[in-house]
Amino acid sequence: MNSLKVDTTNLICGLLLIATGLFFALESLDLELGTALRMGPGYFPFILACVLILLGGIVLGQAVRVQGEPIGAIAWRGMVFILPAPIIFGLTVRGLGFVPAVFICALVAAFASQRMKPLTAVALSAALTVFSLLVFSYGLGLPFRTFGPWLGF
Amino acid sequence: MDLFSNLALGFSTATSLENLFFCLIGVLLGTLIGVLPGIGATATIAMLLPITFQLEPVSSLIMLAGIYYGAQYGGSTTAILINMPGESSSAVTAIDGYQMARKGKAGAALAIAAIGSFFAGTVSTFLVAIFAPPLTQIALQFGAAEYFSLMVVGLVSSIALAHGSIVKALAMVALGLLLGLVGTDIYTGTPRFTLGIREYADGLNFVAVAVGVFGIAEILRNLESEKTRSVLMSKVSGLLPSKEDFRAMIAPVLRGTVIGSILGILPGGGAILAAFASYTVEKKVSKHPEEFGHGAVAGVAGPESANNAGAQTSFIPLLTLGIPANPVMALMVGAMIIQGIVPGPNVATEQPALFWGIIASMWIGNLMLVVLNLPLIGLWVKLLTIPYYVLFPIIMAFCAIGVYSVNSNVYDLYSVAFFGLIGYVLSKLRCEPAPLLLGFVLGPLLEENLRRAMILSRGDPSTFVTRPISAALLFFAALVLVIVFLPSVKKKREEVFVEED
Repeated sequence: MNSLKVDTTNLICGLLLIATGLFFALESLDLELGTALRMGPGYFPFILACVLILLGGIVLGQAVRVQGEPIGAIAWRGMVFILPAPIIFGLTVRGLGFVPAVFICALVAAFASQRMKPLTAVALSAALTVFSLLVFSYGLGLPFRTFGPWLGF
Repeated sequence: MDLFSNLALGFSTATSLENLFFCLIGVLLGTLIGVLPGIGATATIAMLLPITFQLEPVSSLIMLAGIYYGAQYGGSTTAILINMPGESSSAVTAIDGYQMARKGKAGAALAIAAIGSFFAGTVSTFLVAIFAPPLTQIALQFGAAEYFSLMVVGLVSSIALAHGSIVKALAMVALGLLLGLVGTDIYTGTPRFTLGIREYADGLNFVAVAVGVFGIAEILRNLESEKTRSVLMSKVSGLLPSKEDFRAMIAPVLRGTVIGSILGILPGGGAILAAFASYTVEKKVSKHPEEFGHGAVAGVAGPESANNAGAQTSFIPLLTLGIPANPVMALMVGAMIIQGIVPGPNVATEQPALFWGIIASMWIGNLMLVVLNLPLIGLWVKLLTIPYYVLFPIIMAFCAIGVYSVNSNVYDLYSVAFFGLIGYVLSKLRCEPAPLLLGFVLGPLLEENLRRAMILSRGDPSTFVTRPISAALLFFAALVLVIVFLPSVKKKREEVFVEED
């Protein structure tokens, strides 16, 4: 028995749950808790946050006792390119307009895969932009500005 | 007969040219995305959800229902052809379906799945039509305490069905509930947990959370290991099952329909549980249990019928009580709320066309699946050969456009990225996202009813156990919790989920 071995998955999970619980608990304490009869805005969330901390503690406890599966491969490249895609869309859709925003969003997301070649990515994004413009702007009639004020329109 | 006039109203709503068209689009799109390996029905619906918001409420929900059936069928197709089930409800199909495909009976397996699903769908649509109205009457007598207890039952059952650690599933419920509370407090107007960002005063956008936790996280998971997929066959032939196949599928389809219909109604139940239960039953009653795992017709027909029946009847708690039984129904609730419909017992009386239209469209959606998808199977198979890296940018762009189109709020897009990360981290830590989403949808409702119940009872918490319906519901919830924590059940449960992985 080597009691020093700690299951990393559960360790991280437990700590994250406790941290999240603490965040919500502290935030709820800033709100009015109220009484059981007339619950304030902080009452229910505070209880939930405490439950979350408790559960996090149990998971943490399990980390020492039970050996689970390892975390496994992490899609770093995927995270670097996929997660910013919607953010970039959000940052540019008002300023640059719908067409450039879709194009950039698709282009960024395209590089999440190692297999994507730059030329394919550009062609794909362009085709996708045309398609989206036709479907969403003209077809469904969504009120998006095709090109935005940053481009002088 | 009330039932028939109601159904007639439903069919006249659902068969308007417009609604038929949207149902068709929904079924096609749902299959299109659902067929992509690794992307299950929930993720598919989350991604396609925003598209439906531009439509009239009725059309939008009909289209969503179409997407749901399409996604589920698409998932089965993938499970059979490449043994990569999108989510657990089709995982069972993969066991024997893939083996059938390897023996050159892919066409038959697909047809059996479709026909079984259609039959189960037809029966359970009638069940919904028969049982929904009386349940609505009962639901109208529900007070705040009953609603609270009922939601507790739903949340607890979702824990019982989650994979892996029960403690983690409980934590996911708590986290989901907390996230659901972000926004303005209904009684005092105080902003809560908004970090001072005004755009979050209305709460986190449901679509953004769903797309992030299910859609984006799913994509990231698929990016972990970019394996080349091999499609079993580029051409599926012999769609028509042989006479023996037909004979072998009748009994399992009937049993699957019954099992699925019953389990679908249970809160927290639905398609996944139904498919598992049916597979187990078929294996038990079969004269040739050794065939299971090697391409048994019953192993495809039973679970496929059961999961479709379960999918259908899980609309009953949603339509009558407004309580989602599973994550897909949670998405439906979100869609209804965005359309300005408060799901619950009043929908049937106040908007009969909508209520019965959805029920009728379930059947039409199923019919379309059989009529359209079987001939189109060649197209879906081709789709399986599209490399993943081409699909990611397309999906990402549509997610971004879709989420933005809901409220034209750029902060929703930041939420998508944030919840994509959260969803991915949680999946890496072996936490199930389904209870989280359920908690997220139920959070505000749960709190509202808790507070109202406490005010009505003058601060006496015993109101939850002195009112009989509420007490019974809470007792049931406690029972479920005790059962999943029993050592013997716990062990059995782990075995079941291991088998599925």
